Amino acid sequence: MSIVDKNMPILIVDDYKTMLRIIRNLLKQLGFNNVDEATDGSAALQKMRDRSYGLVISDWNMEPMSGLQLLQEVRADAQLQTVPFIMVTAESKSENVVAAKQAGVTNYIVKPFNAATLKTKLTTAIGEF
Amino acid sequence: MTAASQRADLDARLAALSRSQASLDPKDLVEVIESIMTTMEGDVTSVNVRFLAEIEALARYIHETKSEIASLRPDEITDTHLPTATDELEAVVGATEKATESIFEAVEKIEELTEGMDEELSAKVVEAVTQVYEACSFQDITGQRITKVVNALKHIETKVEALLEAFGSELKQDRGQTPDTAAGPVDQRPDGELMNGPQLPEDAKSQDDIDALLASLD
Repeated sequence: MSIVDKNMPILIVDDYKTMLRIIRNLLKQLGFNNVDEATDGSAALQKMRDRSYGLVISDWNMEPMSGLQLLQEVRADAQLQTVPFIMVTAESKSENVVAAKQAGVTNYIVKPFNAATLKTKLTTAIGEF
Repeated sequence: MTAASQRADLDARLAALSRSQASLDPKDLVEVIESIMTTMEGDVTSVNVRFLAEIEALARYIHETKSEIASLRPDEITDTHLPTATDELEAVVGATEKATESIFEAVEKIEELTEGMDEELSAKVVEAVTQVYEACSFQDITGQRITKVVNALKHIETKVEALLEAFGSELKQDRGQTPDTAAGPVDQRPDGELMNGPQLPEDAKSQDDIDALLASLD
């Protein structure tokens, strides 16, 4: 029996259309079809204030607002601060992971990643599905 | 040579000059020479002379360096080479993105077809499709790497522009004396000038353009 509501809205944020499509398709394979997209942090923040999301999956390196800035804004917002937030990024230096953790990231996926990794991190972030 | 021997040598030369130029009074000549020597000793010391020689050598070195830099055509780096390299790299990103979209279109259709397949076959096809999705992340990764290179090139461009600014008009004058190398290394093959690699999307002719051109040549 599924614990997680697979109809919950998920927001994916990346400035590369390719990556948005990859994540969207992989989420679809996992049964998550209610997916919105944003191409940078500020657009994502606006969407989060307009709609309640059960999960955010965001790239880091975007302009004008990066994924880390988005995360910091989310964690500083009383209405949004509990939303699970997974960073999916090619930034793999230790200081990046530390900074993301300090900002309150729920999980961290390094690009390139595979479907199995995404599923594992989703389970960790939102529970079994 | 000591001062005494210099004097004796000078006297001998003056005497010889006096014999050949009867109208010249050696005393007048001595006065002129001594006047010049006095002036030099008073205003320009041997240290000053060495100092001036060093400055002259330095000026020569700076001039040669400027000429060498001008021969490298730094203006071409900012005007042609770097913009061309940047355009080419951005074209690579655009081309890979377009190709990846095509792959997605095809694979998503294949995935839709799995709904009509038996469970075992469907699972195998979905697994393969998933691998294609995963592999397509190359476009994102290479895109980011190329963006870093583009940014590095833009940084170099800024530095070269600062160099050009520092040298100012002198470099511009020298520029005219050096050959144009904007096209890069010369391809020595007989048809080298016809091999320029893929055109940038905005410059490229479509197949329709080619067909029309061929037809116009009939």
